[in-house]
Amino acid sequence: MVENRPFLGFLTHLVLIAGVIVVAFPVYVAIIAMTHTDVTLNSGAPLLPGAELISNLIAVWTFDPPGAPPFWLMVWNSTLMALIIMVGKIAISIISAYAIVYFRFPFRTLAFWIIFITLMLPVEVRIIPTYEVVANLGMLNSYAGLTIPLIASATATFLFRQFFMTIPDEMMEAARVDGAGPLKFFRDILLPLSRTNIAALCIILFIYGWVQYLWPLLVTTREEHFTLMMGVRQMAGAQEVDPQWNLIMTAVVLAMLPPVLIVIAMQRLFVKGLVETEK
Amino acid sequence: METKRTVFPNKLLPYLFVAPQLVITLVFFIWPATQAVKSSFERTDPFGFSTQFVGITHYIRLFQDPLYLNSVGRTVVFAVAVTAISMGLALLFAAAVSRLVRSSQFYTTLLVWPYAVAPVVAGILWWFLFNSSTGILPYMLRYFGVVWNANLNGTHAMILVIIAAAWKQISYNFLFFLAGMQSVPHSLTEAAAIDGAGPLKRFWTIVFPLLSPTTFFLFIVNINYVMFDTFGIIAATTNGGPNQATNILVYKVYSDGFIGLNIGSSSAQSVVLMLFVIALTFIQFRYVERRVNY
Amino acid sequence: MLKTLLAGSTAGIVLLAAAAPALAQTEINWWHSMGGELGERLVGIADDFNASQDEYVVVPSYRGEYEESMVNTIAAFRAGEQPHIVQVYEVGTGTMMAAQGAVYPVYQLMADHGSDFDPNAYLPVVTGYYTDTEGNMLSMPFNSSTPILYYNKDVFAAAGLDPETAPATWEDIESFSQAILDSGAAQCGFTMAYTATWLGTENLSALHNVPYGTLENGFGGLSSELAFNHELAVRLWDKLAEWQDAGIYAYGGTAGGADNAPKFYSGECAMYMNSSASRAGVLANADGFEVGFGMLPVFGDVAGAPQNSIIGGATLWTLAGHEDTEYEGVAEFLTYLSSAEVQAAWHQATGYLPVTLAAYELSQEQGYYDANPGSDIAIRQINLNEPTENSKGVRFGNMPQIRTVLDEEFQAVLSGDKTAQEALDSAVQRGNQILREFEAANS
Repeated sequence: MVENRPFLGFLTHLVLIAGVIVVAFPVYVAIIAMTHTDVTLNSGAPLLPGAELISNLIAVWTFDPPGAPPFWLMVWNSTLMALIIMVGKIAISIISAYAIVYFRFPFRTLAFWIIFITLMLPVEVRIIPTYEVVANLGMLNSYAGLTIPLIASATATFLFRQFFMTIPDEMMEAARVDGAGPLKFFRDILLPLSRTNIAALCIILFIYGWVQYLWPLLVTTREEHFTLMMGVRQMAGAQEVDPQWNLIMTAVVLAMLPPVLIVIAMQRLFVKGLVETEK
Repeated sequence: METKRTVFPNKLLPYLFVAPQLVITLVFFIWPATQAVKSSFERTDPFGFSTQFVGITHYIRLFQDPLYLNSVGRTVVFAVAVTAISMGLALLFAAAVSRLVRSSQFYTTLLVWPYAVAPVVAGILWWFLFNSSTGILPYMLRYFGVVWNANLNGTHAMILVIIAAAWKQISYNFLFFLAGMQSVPHSLTEAAAIDGAGPLKRFWTIVFPLLSPTTFFLFIVNINYVMFDTFGIIAATTNGGPNQATNILVYKVYSDGFIGLNIGSSSAQSVVLMLFVIALTFIQFRYVERRVNY
Repeated sequence: MLKTLLAGSTAGIVLLAAAAPALAQTEINWWHSMGGELGERLVGIADDFNASQDEYVVVPSYRGEYEESMVNTIAAFRAGEQPHIVQVYEVGTGTMMAAQGAVYPVYQLMADHGSDFDPNAYLPVVTGYYTDTEGNMLSMPFNSSTPILYYNKDVFAAAGLDPETAPATWEDIESFSQAILDSGAAQCGFTMAYTATWLGTENLSALHNVPYGTLENGFGGLSSELAFNHELAVRLWDKLAEWQDAGIYAYGGTAGGADNAPKFYSGECAMYMNSSASRAGVLANADGFEVGFGMLPVFGDVAGAPQNSIIGGATLWTLAGHEDTEYEGVAEFLTYLSSAEVQAAWHQATGYLPVTLAAYELSQEQGYYDANPGSDIAIRQINLNEPTENSKGVRFGNMPQIRTVLDEEFQAVLSGDKTAQEALDSAVQRGNQILREFEAANS
């Protein structure tokens, strides 16, 4: 930082430590739950670790109920689904935001609003007609059916639109003077400038795809397309019996490891003052 | 809606650029949504064997139902509280992290990671924390003389769902605030520091205004999150209870439609909710956006 | 890692190899909601059936919880992608029965395709819930249970009560609880799941042989009205509010009530009422104390009570729109599923009620009830008397919403906002509106 203020530094850390305690506390509870037996958990969640971590890990690793696909296949399906959704959303959003900000064409505002209202009405609420469309297109039990209906993203389009609006007009004017067309400007200037926002979106959208449960459940009836969240839910889905929370929490925490890798990897793209240095 | 001063002159290119997103939106969102709008004027059984046109019967019934109208008020309380808490804390954390160099990755990871908690189990984590018999927080609250019972006390239940819904969004807001702060030019803050402005003053006079496009984005996205995407958290914690204390509009849409299979009425509720939020968003684009610094 | 991958791909190949000959067989899709261990048992049944013959292959598929599976079924049916067999929870019965074009009733399926189907082989109380007014079985009961009472024998002994005597009446519940509280053996007398719904109105009405609704509790037609605001429900709800204030009763939340079980497992409450299918879970989780079993309590001054309790759980529905050859396989599978051996094994492994008399008798012969005290309480309780039109079951459309209304009104009683009479009257009135909506949509 610019100047050295020990008290402010101390305060910063204090705020963040408190923040981490508040925000990550439920994760802590889940991790602690990994180390106990189901009997302990069914009469209240403990705060200190128990001694059952290894046996729970083994139990989850070897959990292979008939009717559920092998663990590795579910991990593969979830990863693929999350990656397709992440890349797809970012790709189609960034170009549509580019069109909306850097071009003027009839129905521009209408296009923006049509995209925008996908924020409203989550899939659960309009599930029956959406399923019908996917079934009529023959997309049940396919990666296309798993991902394409979820790929439209108002959030990402809106974010890119906001970001493009902050880029000084001079940059585009300068590019045009240099004879750069819209494609070259997009590739050589906008895309590199958007790095930080793309990184943030990668994290959010990967996790979005990773934790999807209801949609994959509905559109896949064949185990070759089952995802990890479906497996976790099937493990947890107990009717009239007490769930084995120790195993469920172990599975859930394990399922949080790929997202954390994405979080760490994407932070490399968080570079300060991008706009300024390129100016 | 604000636009750029200068634009590219191409005629066909912008259509090619918006086409993929528009096609997917029209096929997988707009078309199913029009089906929902259509069924809001119909009375039908879940399997769709007998369908009769009933006009605006469902709408009239909604607005005559005192329970529905009560739920509007609750929704406002819920929406304001969740948005304020999640955005406020996220901004604070992002400002703090962006001051740091060496440990910023460490804090960022820990603050963002909880976003990956699967909704499938988020409910049970809140139950571990908040249930009246063996929960951790009620146990602590007892030291302060508070008898926590979200099963019967409506205020407690509301606090619980606000915390749960805001928590889910803090990581999200934090990440985008942080991304936004990365693009605030260093030279500006440095110049202000040389002029003797303290860190707090620099934040409010330079960083915060430059962050306004992100803030506006997050504000709109959060309102939409609260209004449309929080039914899962309510289903996992309070089920809208006790005695409707946490029955917000979108939860009612979900419980009448998804659980109760009352498609006509729940479609009418979705339409009302959508119109309401579209109007709200439109007003924000019209008036609030003018104060955004692009 | 490499080893896992290798093992995985081998498993995949084996999977494919196993699936290959299946292509020649007729496939029967079975959608269900049994996760965890129950799911393993269910898949085991399908596997055994598949191994027993080579014409058909039953493919079970987990479709999420009951609500999710129901929505999935409806969406799939509208798109022509429905399975042959789907497991539907009891509160969805009204919806399924009203959807006549979507359902292929089991009695008809068996008449058309199964030669040796004998409706009299089934336990009347179990199947009665799912028959039409002429006694025709519309769906096949699969996992049925009924609520019973669990109690902590150690606490009973510490409070000076006889640990071998379960309370039989609400009066017993009150006096036993008072003795327990006075002795300090536990902090609360009892807790119960589905307080306002399955236990506190549906079974309360059946056990005392009073109507829950008109027209034989809704069996007689869609124009029936609710009638659970009777004197006994008012009495119980008022008592529960009073007992809550006195510390005798602790409320554990709506529906199944996630807070109930921990109160019993941790020793906080001495008695606990919930599904008989929870038996294995209760025994496994009762940490450091012995569990006793009893029937649901009744009011001691009501003549003829207890009548019999009613069931809950789910049944298998067959859906319309498939080929005759496939339905022959469905009929064969349902026959297999009802055989005494399969039923007895499922009943003993899960705690769900057996569907046929033969399965009950087989379990007796095998000495299951002697080896597992308390496991026959549920069967005895549903067979106490020949079921009447008040104790056969309840059948209303939009039942999930009606249960929500009851939960809400009950909470208003517990928080002191309403008297039991006001709350139950309001629940009947709101419930009737919901019923009229269902009637209008389904006629």
